[in-house]
Amino acid sequence: MADPAAAARLETIRAIVGAIPDPEIPVVTLADLGILRDVLIDDGAPLVLLTPTYSGCPATEAIAAQAREALDAAGFADARVRTVLAPAWSTDWIGEDARRKLRDFGIAPPACSAACGARTPPACPRCGSGEVEQVSRWGSTPCKAHYRCLACREPFDYFKPY
Amino acid sequence: MIPRERHVEYLLRLADSPLVLSHRLSEWCGHGPVLEEDLALANIALDLLGQARLLYQHAAALAGGDASEDRYAYFRGVPEFRNFTMLELPNSGVASAGAADPDYAFTIVRNAMYSAWALELWERLSRSADAGLAAIAAKSLKEARYHLEHASDWTIRFGDGTDASHARAQRALDSLAPYANEWFAADALDDEAAASGLGVDCAALRGPWLVRMRALAEEATLRWPEDSAFLSTGKRGLHGEHLGYLLAEMQSLARAHPEATW
Repeated sequence: MADPAAAARLETIRAIVGAIPDPEIPVVTLADLGILRDVLIDDGAPLVLLTPTYSGCPATEAIAAQAREALDAAGFADARVRTVLAPAWSTDWIGEDARRKLRDFGIAPPACSAACGARTPPACPRCGSGEVEQVSRWGSTPCKAHYRCLACREPFDYFKPY
Repeated sequence: MIPRERHVEYLLRLADSPLVLSHRLSEWCGHGPVLEEDLALANIALDLLGQARLLYQHAAALAGGDASEDRYAYFRGVPEFRNFTMLELPNSGVASAGAADPDYAFTIVRNAMYSAWALELWERLSRSADAGLAAIAAKSLKEARYHLEHASDWTIRFGDGTDASHARAQRALDSLAPYANEWFAADALDDEAAASGLGVDCAALRGPWLVRMRALAEEATLRWPEDSAFLSTGKRGLHGEHLGYLLAEMQSLARAHPEATW
């Protein structure tokens, strides 16, 4: 990026879209989850690239609409929002800070990298115990499973490695 | 290179199967045997619907004109749908009368068969010469893995469960297996798609699929059925009596209010 003003503009856009809370897990932002893939100049105008978590995630369209609204409100009417599929989203893109926020909110973050699969049990986000059992492979959203802690007896959501 | 209209036809064939199975699974919504399974099936249906939408959108972009995902899903009739026949069968089973109760073993065994096939398909299509299709495949592959784990766990639980659950799982396996033949029988479009690098050699999926299915059947103490010469014809647009009812329900809202937006 040769032009510092244009670079600063893209950074502002990145900050605006990146700060939008996820509609279903509002404690984390689009940047936290790795859903905001890139902001670049395409065909002379800013282009925001978003990626869906799951193919059927109902929040995908709401997220794109929120990004659009936020950009309009900030005066970036020329910026476009596009959904890209490749590379496929992975929980490996969820940063350390976001994992802490999820845990504080009562959602166990992915216990390992996406490659290890869904069978590695998480630690309880409330008491930290590893003595947990799966109640259901799917929870309140497609990206989560439902677990129960055998130590403190609390049920909790688990953000599945994916 | 494959001609554009054949390319679109191949994408629609890929899209129709997850759409139709998604609709069958969504019929369990609010009727699942336990709450957790209600959630699981709704989420699997959602994944399949999402896969179908991505494929329809990709096909529509390629076809141009007034093509759209909604036109493909809601404004084509029975002969234009190219889903596999197995996926349109009612949840109550192959030989059931229309009003029969849904059978969870049938639903689960069908999901196991389909997701094991989808796993092999998406893995290969993630290297398709069509970059758009390859991206959809890479995404769908991750989802198919979850679906197969879910269906496998329950197939095993039914198979080595009670006499009643074992009998139902075996009956589902016996009645469904012949319908899988269609998945591996290449026709001219399959050959054309495979030769151009767009699609896969569908016959080559049979070996690895059978290995998975036989291992699952064994773990579930079920007997893998004898080979059958039966060949269903859904992917050629020749469907059984069930698809018309399914489409009538699925398409009624869009057809009653065409062009409606919300």
